Amino acid sequence: MTSSLLFNITTLLYLASMLAFFAALVNRTKSFFGSAGSFTAFGGLLLQTIAIGLRWKESYTLGVGHAPLSNLYESVVFFSWTIVLIYGLLDLKYRYRVIGAFVMPFALMGMAWAHLGMKSGIEPLVPALQSNWLLYHVITCFLGYAAFAVACGISIMYLIRENHERAAQSKKESIVSTFPTSRVLDDLNYKAIMIGFPLLTLGIITGAAWANYAWGTYWSWDPKETWSLIVWFIYAAFLHARITKGWVGRRAAWLSIIGFAATIFCYLGVNLLLSGLHSYGG
Amino acid sequence: MTTNEKSWPQSIRDFFCSLKLTMFLLITLAVISIIGTIIPQGSPPPEYLQTISQNKLKLYQTLGFFDMYHSWWFILLLSLLCINLIACSIKRLPHIWQTITQPVLVMSDGLEKTLSSRTMFITNGDSSTLRDRIAAVLKAEFADPVITIDGGAFHLFAQKAPWSRLAVYAVHLSVLVIFIGAIIGSLFGYKGYVNIIEGQTISNVMSRTDKEIDLGFALRCEQFSVAKYPNGAPKEFKSIITVLENGRPVPDYTNVRVIVNDPLTYKGITFYQSSYGNAGDYFFTVSDVSGKEGATFKVDRNSSVTLPDGSSMHIIEETDDVSTFAPALSGPAVQVEIHDQRGGAEKVIVYANHPELNIQHAKEHSGGLVLQYKGSQKRMYTGLQVAKDPGVWVVWLGCLLMVVGIYVAFFMSHRRIWVRVENGTITIGGNASKNQAGFQLFMEQLVTKFKKQLPLEDNK
Repeated sequence: MTSSLLFNITTLLYLASMLAFFAALVNRTKSFFGSAGSFTAFGGLLLQTIAIGLRWKESYTLGVGHAPLSNLYESVVFFSWTIVLIYGLLDLKYRYRVIGAFVMPFALMGMAWAHLGMKSGIEPLVPALQSNWLLYHVITCFLGYAAFAVACGISIMYLIRENHERAAQSKKESIVSTFPTSRVLDDLNYKAIMIGFPLLTLGIITGAAWANYAWGTYWSWDPKETWSLIVWFIYAAFLHARITKGWVGRRAAWLSIIGFAATIFCYLGVNLLLSGLHSYGG
Repeated sequence: MTTNEKSWPQSIRDFFCSLKLTMFLLITLAVISIIGTIIPQGSPPPEYLQTISQNKLKLYQTLGFFDMYHSWWFILLLSLLCINLIACSIKRLPHIWQTITQPVLVMSDGLEKTLSSRTMFITNGDSSTLRDRIAAVLKAEFADPVITIDGGAFHLFAQKAPWSRLAVYAVHLSVLVIFIGAIIGSLFGYKGYVNIIEGQTISNVMSRTDKEIDLGFALRCEQFSVAKYPNGAPKEFKSIITVLENGRPVPDYTNVRVIVNDPLTYKGITFYQSSYGNAGDYFFTVSDVSGKEGATFKVDRNSSVTLPDGSSMHIIEETDDVSTFAPALSGPAVQVEIHDQRGGAEKVIVYANHPELNIQHAKEHSGGLVLQYKGSQKRMYTGLQVAKDPGVWVVWLGCLLMVVGIYVAFFMSHRRIWVRVENGTITIGGNASKNQAGFQLFMEQLVTKFKKQLPLEDNK
């Protein structure tokens, strides 16, 4: 059993989970599809956890032993894992399964892109990454990113649902009426960002601590650092929007979506389009 | 935002206290920060400057775009953010402080109407017995209540985590603390670098602003080495460093290993492995195109040498194995830059194992001098980043305060419960500063527990 085989099965399970959630949206009389979506997602999560552990072990067999968080491929796989993890936690706590239909596509896209478009070889760790800070920094950042991905999915649902609620009540039988109410979605959005914001803050702080330890400066306005701060500003604005007149609801949802777009740019765009200190693809 | 009736100071205060200003500043900071990630900061490379027009260059320089995070307008926005959060905190803090230190002990009818959770039921029995039983349940399940007698009724009040209301202000304070740490660092610290050749001792370093700084002690580089993985990728850059005081090695700082991610700190100054190179001599021969062995000369990394035709030459880059750049070739090679007397300059690669390429190059160029590379005498130098930042601990303190503050602000809630016992009627009310749904559930369970302890009609 190799990790790459398990990763491939995981990708298929995420695909199946997403399709089941879509089916749950269309066919709302049967709760079977929603449950199937959740269980498949949890199965995939478990399998992916084993696969990541296995890849970690394989790296030791190759004599370059390090946590599988060292390049673009490994980070995208880990990102998918964290998205399903955060979704799973929200699902277990609040039981609004159908948000899976808007969250699983992110996880699936990550896995599909990593396995169809990237080299998956295990490489040795460059000197700059040989530190325990790698683990703390990457894990906190990606859990934060994942919570923002979930919040983005929920915000898209919110905007659709809110539009539907504002429009006439005539088309009651559409798919949108299976969504949770806009009040519930707004609350879930806030809950997801309440998980993501502290984690992003920790991610930035561990990054600063590592930079200070390795380079002697905790902040040097490197594009990666600056973009992480941009993301932090946007979600700080989101948190204040909830107590500001005129910003509650739609504008807050848009902030959440823009925040995730900035997150993705911070994660991928900076490495692929801009130059800087953070050029390991992670 | 302002009305005619408001006085000047009042409208200024309202402006700085407003959440709309907060939203404006956060979003503006997010948007304009993008500029500095697209335009290179510091001293932009010449390749970049060639891609933009002169007018654009002037505009960027005037606006401070090449060092935008230290420009007056960026600092102004950060300062406004600080003033905004101080003003908001000053406005709201006294009220919050009163809620915490002087809790409302009696649930009046007015208060009762504002509470999110209310229950009332009728029981019988003596008021003081009811009071004691309710107090016992509250103490066991929630918190020790304060009991007051008012208007012929007993009032019980219990609360949990009132101080969690301060967490938001702790987060705001932490932002200020981090800024203070950064200011201390920029006033009393410095960043610099130093190159030390193996065996050499230095006591001065260059700051980023090209000022020489006396360390007050000396550093000797004993050795520098690079380890590689089997595939040729670098595995470790290692300097062996000794700290000297008055020319004598300091016992615990002798032969210290300094690698990437593992710096050396002595007397508040930290040295980081950053770069390396060869400071030794490079050997060449020079002849005409006939290809016969010519005269030998040497040049070191930091100086230039004059060639027989009057042009000068210096080393730019070296490699022990040119095949990593050009797979068909092999052996050592150097890239040199030759300045001729007319002021022209060209970059040339001179090979050790490929004399024919060196001759071919000479033939194609008017100079006609044939250079052959004969290898180098290795004398490695290590490049160390040097940093002194007395403000860094203040920054970490601010970060700690921020993380703890955010955690408490998001996940802990000030929960209050009032109970009124009046002629066999029990009224229970409560509210929570966060997580209303969870609190509602807790209240329902609490009421069930009260009922079990009280002589209700249905209990009989």
